[in-house]
Amino acid sequence: MIETGEILQTMHMIQQENFDIRTITLGINLLDCSDRDAKRCAERVYEKICRTAANLVRTGEEIEMELGIPIVNKRISVTPVSLICQEDPRPIALALDRAAEEVGVNFLGGYSALMHKGATMADERLLASIPEVLSETKLLCSSVNVASTRAGINMNAVKEMGEIIKKTAELTAEQDGLGCAKLVVFANAVEDNPFMAGAFCGVGEPECAINVGVSGPGVVKVALEHVKGAPFDIVAETIKRTAFKITRVGQLVAKEASKRMNIPFGIVDLSLAPTPARGDSVAHILTEMGLENAGAPGTTAALALLNDAVKKGGIMASNHVGGLSGAFIPVSEDIGMIEAVSAGALTLEKLEAMTCVCSVGLDMIAIPGDTSAATISGIIADEAAIGMINNKTTAIRVIPAVGKKAGDLVEFGGLLGRAPVMAVNRQNNEAFIARGGRIPAPVHSMRN
Amino acid sequence: MKKALISVTGLDTTGIIARVATKLYEMNINILDITQTILGGYFTMMMVVDLDGANRSFEEINKELEPVRDELKMSIHMQRMDIFDAMHRI
Repeated sequence: MIETGEILQTMHMIQQENFDIRTITLGINLLDCSDRDAKRCAERVYEKICRTAANLVRTGEEIEMELGIPIVNKRISVTPVSLICQEDPRPIALALDRAAEEVGVNFLGGYSALMHKGATMADERLLASIPEVLSETKLLCSSVNVASTRAGINMNAVKEMGEIIKKTAELTAEQDGLGCAKLVVFANAVEDNPFMAGAFCGVGEPECAINVGVSGPGVVKVALEHVKGAPFDIVAETIKRTAFKITRVGQLVAKEASKRMNIPFGIVDLSLAPTPARGDSVAHILTEMGLENAGAPGTTAALALLNDAVKKGGIMASNHVGGLSGAFIPVSEDIGMIEAVSAGALTLEKLEAMTCVCSVGLDMIAIPGDTSAATISGIIADEAAIGMINNKTTAIRVIPAVGKKAGDLVEFGGLLGRAPVMAVNRQNNEAFIARGGRIPAPVHSMRN
Repeated sequence: MKKALISVTGLDTTGIIARVATKLYEMNINILDITQTILGGYFTMMMVVDLDGANRSFEEINKELEPVRDELKMSIHMQRMDIFDAMHRI
């Protein structure tokens, strides 16, 4: 029998410490919708998504009510669109956006291209359309994989993405460059990621799958409040135990959704994903460990411990772990990160170091609007190099805030939050980016 | 067995258990266990119930509890026991 104290602990986590299931993401294969004619392809895509995901939102709400835990987002990820379209992919983008609206999800990801080794003609057409598509759609998210440990870094794609991010920011300047919040550049992108904006349904995935992302940085922070001053052995153990409990609920939700929708369970993503709400911050876990602000010396070590302990605790709690799994460090979506940047404690360079040990990469960072495309490409290349060499996923989601300079504030609203514009290093790198070509795969990619 | 936890919290008053239990009886819901305590001046009651014999769906039971909630001016939550089992039992 469950004891009263245990029941109260669970209820306290949910009501006071912002424990929630961050997302149920339904992966849908669209390869069978492929057609030479983009319009016909768009019709098939719309029909398949509306049919497959018809009950997604309703199912999520039912589970939410019965288990008494918020399931914040219901989302869809689809096969990278560059794989299903041989013509101008814009009609498909519009169909995806309409389908997402029709079934009532918060976001749909998969307006994507995988070009870590090179671009197909379809990849090129998709890339060219990204700025306009992201300014014309509401719920569609886009991602481009430009590097992998096995293939190296596609520097042509890196160059192009710098320009695309600039253009997307300009086309959505009235909303502070919101389009760029829906665009991620990846190294080592994963096929079953449930988190936006980088979710897509990879080619190795089944026809459809339920992937769940858990969250609860507030719960971890409160758990650490009970071990103030204790050595790191105790800190790590406390995080592990908390992550285990959180992930077990993620597993329960995933299994339940899978059963009700008759769709296979894919993975649970063991992530600590913050929101801009107070008490829901990853940065505040780091400060709880004894740092004045995220960014203080010791931050990378603190984050490394956190990221590893979350995985160790979570991995025992789910029979399939996947996605990005770890601690997210987006700036605009985390009140503690926003405070750290505003206090001058956290720079872009320190964030880059932190991405070596976090779950993903440079995320939701506003940069001055006059940052050059080459500088953005340089930031992408550096981050991709970290991913490639360390055999991990890294990502870049930067938002050039048109007309704004370092220190100004950018407002995205909702879960996307607000961000102080961060200074970037303006040393010239035009000649470096202009080279193009490929950075070869590292020696440790030869594992066979 | 499909079990749920009904938690009732708020200012203590007479007839809380009676009112909730009567409502559950009307819906043919069996009470398996009850604990109650005063936490920080607040009355907290937890009931474990068996939903197998219930003549309503989970959503409908929740709706039926609403008038009780309003009448007693207390917070009443019902959630499946599975979430507690998942978190606290291996």
